[in-house]
Amino acid sequence: MDLRFIVQLAIIGFTFFMLINASALLVLAERKIMGFMQQRYGPYLVGPHGLLQPLADILKLLMKEELRPKGADRWLFTLAPILSVTAAFAAFAAVPWGAETTFFGLLDEPVSLGVADINVGVLVIFAITSMGVYGIVLAGWSSNSKYSLMGGLRASAQMISYELSYATTLAAVILLAGSLSLREVVDSQAGTWFGFIPHWFVFLQPVGFIIYMIAGVAETNRAPFDFPEAEQELVAGYNTEYSSVRFALFPQAEYINMTTMSAVATDLYLGGWHGPFLPPEYGWIWFLIKVGAILFTYIWVRWTLPRYRYDQLMQFGWKWLFPASVINLVVTAALVLFFHA
Amino acid sequence: MPETLIFWGLSGLAILASALVIGQRNPMYSVLMLIASFGALAGLYIQLDAPFVAVAQIIIYAGAIMVLFLFVVMLLNAPQEDAAEWDRTHPLRQTGITRFGALLALLLVVQLTWALLQVNNVDVPVGAQGDPEALRSVRTLGRILFTDYVFAFEATSILILVAMVGAVVLARREGEG
Repeated sequence: MDLRFIVQLAIIGFTFFMLINASALLVLAERKIMGFMQQRYGPYLVGPHGLLQPLADILKLLMKEELRPKGADRWLFTLAPILSVTAAFAAFAAVPWGAETTFFGLLDEPVSLGVADINVGVLVIFAITSMGVYGIVLAGWSSNSKYSLMGGLRASAQMISYELSYATTLAAVILLAGSLSLREVVDSQAGTWFGFIPHWFVFLQPVGFIIYMIAGVAETNRAPFDFPEAEQELVAGYNTEYSSVRFALFPQAEYINMTTMSAVATDLYLGGWHGPFLPPEYGWIWFLIKVGAILFTYIWVRWTLPRYRYDQLMQFGWKWLFPASVINLVVTAALVLFFHA
Repeated sequence: MPETLIFWGLSGLAILASALVIGQRNPMYSVLMLIASFGALAGLYIQLDAPFVAVAQIIIYAGAIMVLFLFVVMLLNAPQEDAAEWDRTHPLRQTGITRFGALLALLLVVQLTWALLQVNNVDVPVGAQGDPEALRSVRTLGRILFTDYVFAFEATSILILVAMVGAVVLARREGEG
């Protein structure tokens, strides 16, 4: 086995490990930030400042009894959480998170930080995340419970509606970068304007960035768009009947999806691993900072805004967000044509 | 050698899943089997060095259209077909619409067999132009689609538009709007 292969395996393992950690730490971060926003401490007792709380939560969930409702569909009830979490992990495989590096001369040729470099990377991520909806829909249907079914129906309707705006904004960025490969999109954002404004697409696509963020919240089913699990209306929505590990996989998938959304936003709009002060080998630190900032915004939004009404969600998605993203795409296309010709 | 194995694995999966789509009593499982079949097809496209087509297959068919299928199946909550209620007369001997459908199905079988027999005599359009890069690059694919095949492309989009308008007309109840 040559060294390069081992290094690449190590990168894949590291990405996987970081994603698992991200989902656990995000639960803690969410509770801590919510606590501070509500003027209390949040989890505090397990470990220093409650740092080991996620571990305790996972242990608790592993020990719980697994229940399956009598009328539930046997196979699909088990398949649904697996599908959710697999899609969530798989989507991150196409996300590059650092510049090419030789690990300080360890390798002869540089390897890229990230699981796979795919020349249609943006589309692959989009395709796999759109598979994630099946987990939720099947969970809702197979539980054989009216709350779960309502949650599953809402999830599919919501995700189809917002995927449109999401894909259309992605297309605008692809037009600017002239490539479907995420690594090339990131590299086309290197450098600065006038020496101090970073060459990030967020400055060329402010509207697109906002639409992306809103659609991202809706795609990951988070408040103010958390209708699939709206607890005041549907008990817990699609995961009402789930317990133990099967239950734990749903929030895990949700938090990993959130991380992927933020990582893709970083790559597409915030220049990925490009940033001032740090040499390119340490670009992944910039990447982590940017992803962290977006994740913080997601949590911030969740505990600031109340949930909309379901019809408002659909109205907003189809009558405002989608037309806005189409106009954004057309204007971008026209400008790209104008400045390139 | 591994490529051949993957090819047979994927095509076997596609055929098996397609057969299970119609061999299934529960419409929910039929939809899932169709998704599995689309997934296997996407794998075959990747083997043909056409990653864009593969991803488009997943996004459009597995990701969008099948979610709508699933949505409809869930919304109607279609019951499982009960074997006891089956009419065991042969479809071709039945009356009315069933017979018409059976005739159409028979026609489709004949058509497919004919097409499969002809498969060796047909020029494969893109491959025949002698550019293996053509399918791999999205740029070339887009250019071919909007120059050489623009008529087929536009005709298809008009067809879809007609279907969409038809659906809206059918869905609108009398006296509204």
